[in-house]
Amino acid sequence: MEKLTVAGTSFESRLFTGTGKFSSNLQMAETIAASGSQLVTVALKRVELDGRQDDLLAQIGNTGARLLPNTSGVRTAEEAIFAARLAREALQTSWIKLEIHPDARYLLPDAAETLKATEVLAREGFVVLPYIHADPVLCKRLEEAGAAAVMPLGAPIGSNGGLQTRDFLRIIIEQSNVPVVVDAGIGAPSQAAEAMEMGADAVLVNTAIAAAARPLQMALAFKLAVEAGRLAYEGGLASRHSGASATSPLTAFLSPV
Amino acid sequence: MSFYKELRRYNWEEVRRSIYRKTPAEVERALGKDWPDLEDFKALLAPAADAFLEPMAQQSAALTRRRFGRTMQLYLPLYLSNFCENRCVYCGFSGSNPIRRKVLNEEEILAEVRTIKQEPFRHLLLVTGEAPQKAGTAYLEQVLRLLQPAFSQLSLEVQPLDTSDYARLAEARLHAVYVYQETYNEATYPQYHPFGRKANFRYRLETPDRLGAAGIRKVGLGTLIGLEDWRTEAWFTALHLQYLRRRYWQSRYSLSFPRLRPFAGEGFQPRVLTNERDLTQLICAYRLFDADVELSLSTRERPAYRDGVVPLGITALSAGSKTGPGAYSGNHELEQFAVNDERSPREVAEMLRRQGFEPVWKDWEPCLQQAATI
Repeated sequence: MEKLTVAGTSFESRLFTGTGKFSSNLQMAETIAASGSQLVTVALKRVELDGRQDDLLAQIGNTGARLLPNTSGVRTAEEAIFAARLAREALQTSWIKLEIHPDARYLLPDAAETLKATEVLAREGFVVLPYIHADPVLCKRLEEAGAAAVMPLGAPIGSNGGLQTRDFLRIIIEQSNVPVVVDAGIGAPSQAAEAMEMGADAVLVNTAIAAAARPLQMALAFKLAVEAGRLAYEGGLASRHSGASATSPLTAFLSPV
Repeated sequence: MSFYKELRRYNWEEVRRSIYRKTPAEVERALGKDWPDLEDFKALLAPAADAFLEPMAQQSAALTRRRFGRTMQLYLPLYLSNFCENRCVYCGFSGSNPIRRKVLNEEEILAEVRTIKQEPFRHLLLVTGEAPQKAGTAYLEQVLRLLQPAFSQLSLEVQPLDTSDYARLAEARLHAVYVYQETYNEATYPQYHPFGRKANFRYRLETPDRLGAAGIRKVGLGTLIGLEDWRTEAWFTALHLQYLRRRYWQSRYSLSFPRLRPFAGEGFQPRVLTNERDLTQLICAYRLFDADVELSLSTRERPAYRDGVVPLGITALSAGSKTGPGAYSGNHELEQFAVNDERSPREVAEMLRRQGFEPVWKDWEPCLQQAATI
C-alpha cells in the first residue's frame, strides 16, 4: 500500500480519527491504538492550553499519533486565525484543522471564512487542513490558497449518513493536487471502504467509532476497511459494465483501420 | 418581530386540549419520524405517550449518544448575590422573604474560587437575584474579568438585560446566558410574579431575542415545573426554540427543567404535581424533537433519579452545588433552594465513569471567541 504524504510527512495509516465522544480518555487512547491511526484531531476547546496538566492530551500523547488541533467553536476566519496561532504556541504544532462552523446546530462549515483563514494561515507557515463542503470549486480555491489537504464532508457531522456527497467527492478527487480526506458523516466501515475505493487519500472517522457499542472492535473494523478500500483502489477495480456485446454492432459501418 | 408576536398566535387552553387529545396512534407515528414536528411533539408530550416511555427512552438515549457521545458536561453555579426586588411567590430569594441579603465583593468571590478550585470545574454559572443597583451590568462585567483566568467558560443566570448590556458582557467573554421564562402562560404569569421588573412578561419573553441579537453563543431556555401544566409549557418552550433557531442560527441552545422544591419562606407549594416518570417523558420528548439541543439537569433532583436519567438524554449536570452567596466558603444561611443531590463533584464524576461516561470539565476555550486582527 502506498504511503500517504501530507505536507512532507508520511503516514502508514490512511485512517484519521477524532478524540471526542469516548466514554473515557483511556478508552479513546486504546481505540486510537487499535485503529492504527497516526493523525488524531482534538478540539482546542477540550484541552488546557496554558500548560496545566491535561489528561486528554496526555492520553493522546501515549498513542504516539500526530496531533491535529481543530478550531471547532469558532465562527469567523478571524477567530480561527487567533485560535490557530495560540494552538501553535501551546501545543507545539503548526498543523491545524480548520473548522469554522457558525451554524451551531449542524456544524456546517462556512466556505467564505474557511478560504479566508486558509490564505492567512498558509502564508504564516501553518499546515492547514480545512473541513469544508464537498464543493469541487472551493477545493481548488483552497488548494491555490495553500491548503495542505482538503477535507470535504460525506454527510453532516455525527449523522453517520455515509457518502451523501458521492458525486461531488468524485470530482474533487479527480481534480485535486493535494490529498483529499473525506471527513464527517462516515458511519460504517463499508462507507469508509467506498471512499477509499473512489480514490480518497484518507478518511477521518470519530462518531462511528466512539459511539459504537464496542469502540475497540469498531476501530479495527475501520482500519481493515480503509486498507481494503485503498488496496482495491491501487489494484485497479474492474469495470462495473457487464461486457455483453450487442448483437447488431453500432460501428460496423466504419471502414477498417 | 419578536417571539411575543409569535406566542400571541396561540391560545394556551387550545394547545393544552390538543395535547391531551393525542392518541396512541399519533404517538406511534411521532416515534416513527426522523424529524418530528411541533404536532408530533404534542403527541410525545401527551398522556397517551406514557405507555410508550420505554421506546421513547431507547430512541432518546441512542440519539443522544450519536450526537453527544459518551461524555457529560459538568458545571457549578456560583451565587453572587441574593438581593432581589421581585416577589416571585415560589422563590427563596423573593424580596418579601425576611432573609439576610448579601452581594459578594471581589475578596469574597476569590474566597469562593479558592474552595471551588479544589475541584476540577472549568465552567462556572454565575447566579444573582434581580437587583440592578446591587448587581448590575458593570458588576457582572467586573466579575467576569475577575474570574477569567481561573475558568474557561463563564455563564450567567441573572436578571434579563438589554441587548447593549449583553454585547458588553460578550466582550468580557461571557459565553452563555440562561433566562427561564418560568411560565409561557401570559394570563397566569402575574399571579406568580406580582411585583418588580420580572412582572413584565413581555420583556422577559423577548430576552432570548436580545441574546441572539447580541451574539451570545449559548442561550438557555426553561420553565419552572410546578406552576402550570408541564406538557403545555414544554410545547411552548419547543415553539420558542424553533423560533430562535430560525432567527439566531449561530447560537447554541440549552433546555432546563427545574422542578419546584420546598424552601423556607412564603410556603408556596407546586400547583401542578409532577413525578419522576413525567420528568423522564419530558426529557425524552425534548430529545426526540431536537437531537442537537443541550439538556441540563440540576441538583434539585435526587441522586438515584439523576443517575438513572443521565444516559437517557441529558448532556450537562451541575454537581456539588451550593445555592447561596458565599456558600462554598462556609456561609449556608442564604440559600435559594434545597439541593437534593448533595454528593461532591468527584462522587458524581465517579458515578458517570461507572456508567461509561467521561466527565467533561472543560468544553470551551476563551481564545476561540477572541477576534484577531488579520
